[in-house]
Amino acid sequence: MIEAHALTKRYGDKLAVDALTFTVRPGVVTGFLGPNGAGKSTTMRMILGLDQPTSGSVTVNGKAYAQHAAPLQEVGALLEARAVHTSRSAYNHLLALAATHGIARSRVDDVIDLVGLQDVARRRAGGFSLGMGQRLGIASALLANPSTLILDEPVNGLDPEGIRWIRELLQDLAAEGRTVFVSSHLMSEMALTAEHLIIVGRGRLIADTSVAELIRGASTDVVVVRTPQAAQLRDALVGTDVTVSSTEQELLEVTGLSASRIGEIARDLGVVLHELTPQHASLEEAFMDMTRDDVEYQAATRSAA
Amino acid sequence: MTAVAEAPTQSRPGRPPVPALKVTQARVFTSEWIKMRSLRSTGFTLLAAVVAMIALGCLVGWATNAHWAQMDPGEHAHFEAIGRSLAGVNLAQLAIGVLGVLLVSGEYATGMIRATFSAAPRRLPVVWAKAALFAAVTFVLMLISSFLAFFGGQYFLAAHGTTLSAPHALRAVFGVAVYLTLVGVFAVALGFIVRSTAGGIATLFGLLLVLPGIGQVLPASWQQHTLPYLPSNAGASLFGVRLDPTALSPGAGLAVLCLWVVAGLALAAVLVKRRDA
Repeated sequence: MIEAHALTKRYGDKLAVDALTFTVRPGVVTGFLGPNGAGKSTTMRMILGLDQPTSGSVTVNGKAYAQHAAPLQEVGALLEARAVHTSRSAYNHLLALAATHGIARSRVDDVIDLVGLQDVARRRAGGFSLGMGQRLGIASALLANPSTLILDEPVNGLDPEGIRWIRELLQDLAAEGRTVFVSSHLMSEMALTAEHLIIVGRGRLIADTSVAELIRGASTDVVVVRTPQAAQLRDALVGTDVTVSSTEQELLEVTGLSASRIGEIARDLGVVLHELTPQHASLEEAFMDMTRDDVEYQAATRSAA
Repeated sequence: MTAVAEAPTQSRPGRPPVPALKVTQARVFTSEWIKMRSLRSTGFTLLAAVVAMIALGCLVGWATNAHWAQMDPGEHAHFEAIGRSLAGVNLAQLAIGVLGVLLVSGEYATGMIRATFSAAPRRLPVVWAKAALFAAVTFVLMLISSFLAFFGGQYFLAAHGTTLSAPHALRAVFGVAVYLTLVGVFAVALGFIVRSTAGGIATLFGLLLVLPGIGQVLPASWQQHTLPYLPSNAGASLFGVRLDPTALSPGAGLAVLCLWVVAGLALAAVLVKRRDA
């Protein structure tokens, strides 16, 4: 469980994180979504006590991270930039981290096996590919079998197989009852991985919602109806709160009515339907709409979408 | 997996350890020890310091002995056998100083420091562990090197050499090891203060080597109140045998050097606690 209260971080005159208040609950994967520069990494560093908040506070399992006797057991973290000495082997890196908590050497072997680094564990971490580096980061996060995991852009640089591996690993960890907090700037990735979403832009909270809710709220619930009797059906459907538009002769786009209701009306009229499709706005579009004004660096001319 | 088959009672728990884990100063110390010995650069640099101490002691002893006949009376009067054999201290301090800075700045440069401070978020145990560990390693290695340099140097000085029972000899040999140890700890502190390798090394050698030279251009009345208190000159008082009259006593030299180190560590501790990693 991660709880942030009015968490704020200011660098000079730039407000990186602006009064963020949110709770990350155990048992589900929570996505931390926002465009680049939204303050995700800064927030995660503050959770780990690496950066001091300018004001506000954040706790993990009820206490500030640094106040825990065995912090790695509370939170395992994969930070965005690699936090590994390039000249040290992956094995010794993990061994050194394990030593701070008195974690058994056998556990180091276990996590190396778990992330599939056994063949390269004795090699210099500096020679690792991006994907191997991410796996090493995940191995260190899992070292003390923590109840909470924080991962900053874990799928960055991974191949499709690796992405799927992470996605399943995170969902398994959440299913075991752990708190899993994953940042990303890709809505499409989060839609597949996360169940709950905390969306930020320019350091501010934009939404704190479940993925399902977001889909429901974001979609304008357009239903596409194809029928040879378009005109007849249109007249029957149009009313207060219901608009019907048409781009083709036999095609209607209905807003404000559910697909099932349209079907019933059509049956009552004896209208033949060739197609009745509810169209959900894509999550990507919903995310773009939400964060449009909060993107830090916008291209001068936005391509017509 | 024959080992497992032969010892079935020692089955490895499939699940991770459940017993109470806890960060302690001793464990952070162990962690730093693993980190230190798992970098190849540590071994090379320490070897360089050892070789510098011993080889230079022998070389200077041999060269002095070989050229004794050609040396003028002034040189003969200036000659002092103990200091000759310990001449390598000037070179060894470069290696020790660089390594001390690198132990810390290497972590900042690679991002390792974030992993380190995530595992030990109170941070100060890391400062103490690095300083204590490097002090212990440096002292043991440099004390052995200092003795070997002394004996090697005296061996090659032959008839012009002296023995460990000579006045000041034992203090000089120990003094060199203590001086190098304190330089090493000071370098670790500078690493935490400056955080960059280049900046840390430049600051260290600025203080050790450049400042005494700059001090020479000060008015004489100022020099006597400043120069003896610089770390390198205070160190020279600690292990030097024939010193000019303005130099501090060995005890005072040690005290001044310790003050530098304590001040460095204190500043490092404050900054490490306060700054974002």
